[in-house]
Amino acid sequence: MEFMIQLEKLTKRFPGQMAVDEVSMDIPEGEIVVFVGPSGCGKTTTLKMINRLIEPTSGSIFIDGEDVTHMNPDKLRRRIGYVIQQIGLFPHQTIATNIATVPRALKWDKDRIAARVDELLELVGMDPDVYRDRYPKELSGGQNQRIGVARALAADPAVMLMDEPFGAVDPITRERLQSEFLRLQDEVHKTICFVTHDVDEAIKMGDRIAIFGDDHKIQQFDRPETILSNPENEFVEDFLGSGAALKRLHLRRVRDVDLTSWPAASLDEGRDSLRRKLEEAEGYSFLLLVDDRGRPSRWVSSRDLDRSGEDMSDRGLPAAALVEPQGTLHDALDEMITSNVGCAIVVDKQGVYQGVVDIDTVMTAVNTLREELRGRLAVGSWHAVPSEAVEEARS
Amino acid sequence: MREGAPMQDVVDFLARRWPQLLELAVEHLLLVLTAVVFATLIGVTIGVLVYRSPPLSSLATSVTSTILTIPSLALFALMVVWVGLGDRSAIIALTAYALLPIVRNTVTGLQEVDPAVSESARGMGLSARSRLLRIDLPLAWPVILTGVRVATMLIVSIAAIAAYIGAGGLGNWIFDGLARRGSVVALPLIISGTLGVVLVAFLLDAFFILVNKLTVPKGLQH
Repeated sequence: MEFMIQLEKLTKRFPGQMAVDEVSMDIPEGEIVVFVGPSGCGKTTTLKMINRLIEPTSGSIFIDGEDVTHMNPDKLRRRIGYVIQQIGLFPHQTIATNIATVPRALKWDKDRIAARVDELLELVGMDPDVYRDRYPKELSGGQNQRIGVARALAADPAVMLMDEPFGAVDPITRERLQSEFLRLQDEVHKTICFVTHDVDEAIKMGDRIAIFGDDHKIQQFDRPETILSNPENEFVEDFLGSGAALKRLHLRRVRDVDLTSWPAASLDEGRDSLRRKLEEAEGYSFLLLVDDRGRPSRWVSSRDLDRSGEDMSDRGLPAAALVEPQGTLHDALDEMITSNVGCAIVVDKQGVYQGVVDIDTVMTAVNTLREELRGRLAVGSWHAVPSEAVEEARS
Repeated sequence: MREGAPMQDVVDFLARRWPQLLELAVEHLLLVLTAVVFATLIGVTIGVLVYRSPPLSSLATSVTSTILTIPSLALFALMVVWVGLGDRSAIIALTAYALLPIVRNTVTGLQEVDPAVSESARGMGLSARSRLLRIDLPLAWPVILTGVRVATMLIVSIAAIAAYIGAGGLGNWIFDGLARRGSVVALPLIISGTLGVVLVAFLLDAFFILVNKLTVPKGLQH
């Protein structure tokens, strides 16, 4: 395995206070590693030592095999994307100029920068023609956070550092930004260090999770499913809290399960046709209506169809509770509970209806996950004996 | 002093002498603007050098406010001793008076830059120089500009006294009037000179509204 970031006994001591105590870690290329732990555990300090916003007291940092512990920090930082909770967009500059910050520092030519800005705006799902020349204060919190991510990606750095990037937005926006970011990561394959204090976010976002303890050391560094089913010590167990089964739902994405196809029809299909479709769909008391671009719009029952008039656009109940394929089953369950109809509607990037996730899908997934984990643990312990024997033989 | 209708005298006086008033007003304006340009260059530089250090910041503020407590006539007199009569002395003294608001607002403006903005600028690898020129100073600029405007208003009136050391401007008429106490033109001279100073102040204020519009980045305007 190729390691993009390697930390070797990284230590930070502030006057009279230990912040990070000999943290060593190998981070594989293209993975998201989440640093999680209680406040004051050293997760943020560790992150900021990687781009040397905080200089380590001792230890070394390697990026792509190169020792960067003593290189010029400005040059190092231009190679590393950086996103913080408060975003820190430059309020006096347009969105385009904000995104162009690092490319300009690297002296790219104008045309290349302009093309890159548009490409990044597209990538984070914002129309370049609309947003390019706007100012940060004209955008919503969620949009600004997308720009923050685009700005960090501008010079196509191999490594990104994200310090509670979705911590300051409301829960609904946060969930959407998380899912969007995972979709983005599928395209860009960056090596990412991601700090959060939220266990659920850690499990959702992380390919691997590093749990920091009150002693400023890493307690466990492993894949989320392993940590959930096999916590290393009492601290990790307490930190994860109860409800491990529920948390495991973060591990399964909506795109990994078979969607149920709910009977759907177009908004402008005409009442008779809709009524016929609802009658044909045995066992379903609602019909899902989609608009002319295939996006979910309304839930209608036979009672709604009985009312006179042809306009369906405000009949029945609004089709809320949407999840994207990158969302987790946890997100889907969450949406489902608040939904009018008891299922979460799956839509693609353009918002087009794909199918639904209902409670049966979730239960099936919970069962298979449990069995998978049992199987893996059994295999793990089978392998554990010989590898330990090898270690012993070596020493 | 002659009794009668002083306002009528002033109006008659202005009707006759307005070209000269205009000339003095331009002189006055140039004196003030020259001093303000120097004070801005010096004051912003001082502010940039001290704003990171609280003790240096308060030192800069107290030194510049001490200058402001020196009576203007006394400072002009001192300048005559050191530099001699004329514009140069007046500009140096006026520059010194204008420093306080500019230094203070530069320090405040720079200190008030959002820490998140500074951190993200540093985290993206902008050098110290481009952080100052591209981020910190533009963000502090509205506050600095307010300081420059206050400084200008402050020295428009002080500049009237500079006429005493031969720097010209509208103070000439005021001192003339003072010297000719009892004559018919004394009061019109003093009143016209004063009105002229007020007029110059108005013009400068309008000028700063324009400068604000033109130089404050659009993303910072309300």
